Amino acid sequence: MKVNKKTIINIVIMLLAYALVFVLINSGVLSRQYKSLIVPICVNIMLAVSLNLVTGFLGELSLGHAGFMSIGAYSSALLSIALSNTFPPVLAFFTALICGGISAAFFGFLIGVPVLRLRGDYLAIVTLAFGEIIKSIINYLKITGGSKGLSKIPLYSDYKNFTVVFVIMVITIVLISNLIDSRDGRAIKSIRDNDIAAESIGINISRYKVMAFVIAAGFAGIAGALYAHNVGIIKPGIFDYNKSIEILVFVVLGGMGNIPGSIISAIILTLLPEFLRGADNLRMLLYAIVLIVMMIFNNSKFKSGLSLNRTFRKLGREE
Amino acid sequence: MLECKNLGIQFGGLKAVDNFNLNIEKGMLYGLIGPNGAGKTTVFNLLTGVYKPTTGTIRLEGNLINGKTPTQINNMGIARTFQNIRLFSNMSVLDNVKAALHEKVRYSLLTSMTHIFGFGKKEKEMDELATDILKVFSLDDKSDTLSGNLPYGEQRKLEIARALATSPSLLLLDEPAAGMNPNETEELMKTIRQIRDMYNVTILLIEHDMKLVAGICEKLSVLNFGTELASGTPSEVLNNPEVITAYLGE
Amino acid sequence: MLINFIEQLINGLRTGSIYALIAIGYTMVYGIAKMINFAHGDIIMVGAYALYFSISVLGLPVPIALLITVIICGVLGVMIEKVAYKPLRSAPPLAVLITAIGMSFFLQSASLLIFGSTPIPFQSVIPNVNISIGPVVISSITVVTLIVTAIAMILLTLFVNKTKLGSAMRAVSEDKGAAELMGINVNSTISMTFAIGSALAAVAGVLYICQYQSMKPTLGALPGIKAFVAAVLGGIGSIPGAMIGGILLGLIESVSKAYISTELADAIVFGVLIVVLLFRPSGLLGKKKIVKV
Repeated sequence: MKVNKKTIINIVIMLLAYALVFVLINSGVLSRQYKSLIVPICVNIMLAVSLNLVTGFLGELSLGHAGFMSIGAYSSALLSIALSNTFPPVLAFFTALICGGISAAFFGFLIGVPVLRLRGDYLAIVTLAFGEIIKSIINYLKITGGSKGLSKIPLYSDYKNFTVVFVIMVITIVLISNLIDSRDGRAIKSIRDNDIAAESIGINISRYKVMAFVIAAGFAGIAGALYAHNVGIIKPGIFDYNKSIEILVFVVLGGMGNIPGSIISAIILTLLPEFLRGADNLRMLLYAIVLIVMMIFNNSKFKSGLSLNRTFRKLGREE
Repeated sequence: MLECKNLGIQFGGLKAVDNFNLNIEKGMLYGLIGPNGAGKTTVFNLLTGVYKPTTGTIRLEGNLINGKTPTQINNMGIARTFQNIRLFSNMSVLDNVKAALHEKVRYSLLTSMTHIFGFGKKEKEMDELATDILKVFSLDDKSDTLSGNLPYGEQRKLEIARALATSPSLLLLDEPAAGMNPNETEELMKTIRQIRDMYNVTILLIEHDMKLVAGICEKLSVLNFGTELASGTPSEVLNNPEVITAYLGE
Repeated sequence: MLINFIEQLINGLRTGSIYALIAIGYTMVYGIAKMINFAHGDIIMVGAYALYFSISVLGLPVPIALLITVIICGVLGVMIEKVAYKPLRSAPPLAVLITAIGMSFFLQSASLLIFGSTPIPFQSVIPNVNISIGPVVISSITVVTLIVTAIAMILLTLFVNKTKLGSAMRAVSEDKGAAELMGINVNSTISMTFAIGSALAAVAGVLYICQYQSMKPTLGALPGIKAFVAAVLGGIGSIPGAMIGGILLGLIESVSKAYISTELADAIVFGVLIVVLLFRPSGLLGKKKIVKV
């Protein structure tokens, strides 16, 4: 592994973050309410970072990320409910997580067909339709509990198991950041910047588009699995279009193509509703304003750039 | 090494290129000239698989390439630049070239995601190869600059460097000197000759300034309204009355 | 059995004509601004609330309330374009798309703040009586919906094809630059397109709300998306395409609801979208594009 200043700084930040949360949990400073937010923050970070791979680095808008999350959540929950009596919890949990990741990745592969044929607006709409179809099917099926949802999921990723969740989140961030800064990552970014030129230098566009979608879906699936085992009950309505937009807002606010930005904005926007307690409607309005203002600001004359990922660039410099 | 026979493409009713023949020998510096809208860039798009020809065949060293995708064609040894620059503008100068080394230096997805299993060694190899190419164009001191922030002339050079990084046997340059002043143009023409010798690459270049190509090309083809008007050595072509009419009008 | 099938078809025709009215807005805006106006579906919602507010709160007579509804939506459409989309005309498509999603979210959450999330019941402005034609029973709302849609479409077709403003619109959607050189005011043509599209959405909103008689801030989202599917089905950019696509989609939805499953009807509609985009992305009446290199 390349050990240099950047890597060391990142490791120190991660350790400090872990120590901080560890102290907060164990010192009793945090109320129950805040403790219950710790795992969702990690889940949202994973969702934001994985969506950033598709939207920020591949340059395609995916409006179905919550759909991948739901596949991970449901498949892992069903598995761990089935295994809960026979398997030891640790084994059951990890099997379920892996199952969640793989099933979501499989659906990421399925969406590969439209991904290869469409781009831009049309692809965004298809990912939206895909997410809605998944939601309707989960709603329709008996095994998923229909609209009543799936309950009695073992609480393996409770905040008491924060360490496990944190480690999985860090692994996700590291793997995706590494990917971006590699041969394959350069191929993905070159497609975003200019697909015709990317083809002209021998990059197999189809392969990399599908790869980005599969990897992003896989990690969204793992995030969904962590979520399911954190809340214990899941319903199709949780993973709707609004959730997909919420993840998109994390990515847009943090800066497209900026991993530290995604992490920071996922933390802030998950905590914010708690400070604005009772004003859940305001949160949606805030998201809307974030999307519009960030886009107009990023493309205004004041920011002379043509690119979308100028925002938070300074913040992301160590990446 | 490159042989086009009866090449043609039609958009709707318009024959953009029709019955076009081309024969380029190995190591040659070949010029494709013609007035604006003659179909020069369309020929490039046919050669690189961006468009599929309606008629005719294209062979590279005897292998049929029409019907292949741009990616496959590049892997077979044709690289190109674009008339309207197409750099990866949010990536650094070095990364633009490293992206083009994609096929030459390979490692697995696992290595990409973990940065272990020989990642450092392979990346170092890429850095060195890329820097060598950038040196030819005096861009090595700008490795970390975002390619979109380069001045225009250097963007054109970076495009050539990027194309070269794919180790082509045939390099297609689409108006490499467009927008450059006479000094820069002359310098670029020198570089083009230099890379032909250094990298042992055959070059086909598009220009509409005839005098400029006549200086460095060994052979020319003139295109007008999608068909070949004349071909031969620069002096033959430039003295051809039909070519003169096409350029200057009746 | 047959009678039931005919009634389902008529239901489908009614829903389909509402979709068609909305789809026209998508298609016109796409033709002229080359963007998907995600907020278009939410204009329907604004239309419904505007009608409710004018009648139930302000107590205005129905014709005036209808007029106000159409005007509010038209003005809103123009405002959205000026505030959110115009600054991004030369921006990458991804940025425009995200802004449009933001706009849609904005309208929904703003009305959530104003009117709350509890559905508001609303008495139809069209008297609801059942009309029997032989054994087939049709509601008056259906009849009015079909008539209004037909009139709107005829007027729009005449406007686009026979008037000077209509030909300016067609010119801008063909080639913005050339149209500008010919002395067409591109900005005002785009504004006009948004105004017409939004006014049609207002009409659709009124018809929709008369049918369902209950309002919530997200009521426009689903018909909006479905109308978009209709626009794509018909070939985006084509006005007759949007009409045919809308009606076809209404029929598909109604038949799948009746004979397959109510829960899966939405999934089927979205499935249609994916299939159309994969196998005939230019839709039934759309044009193919050549990418320039």
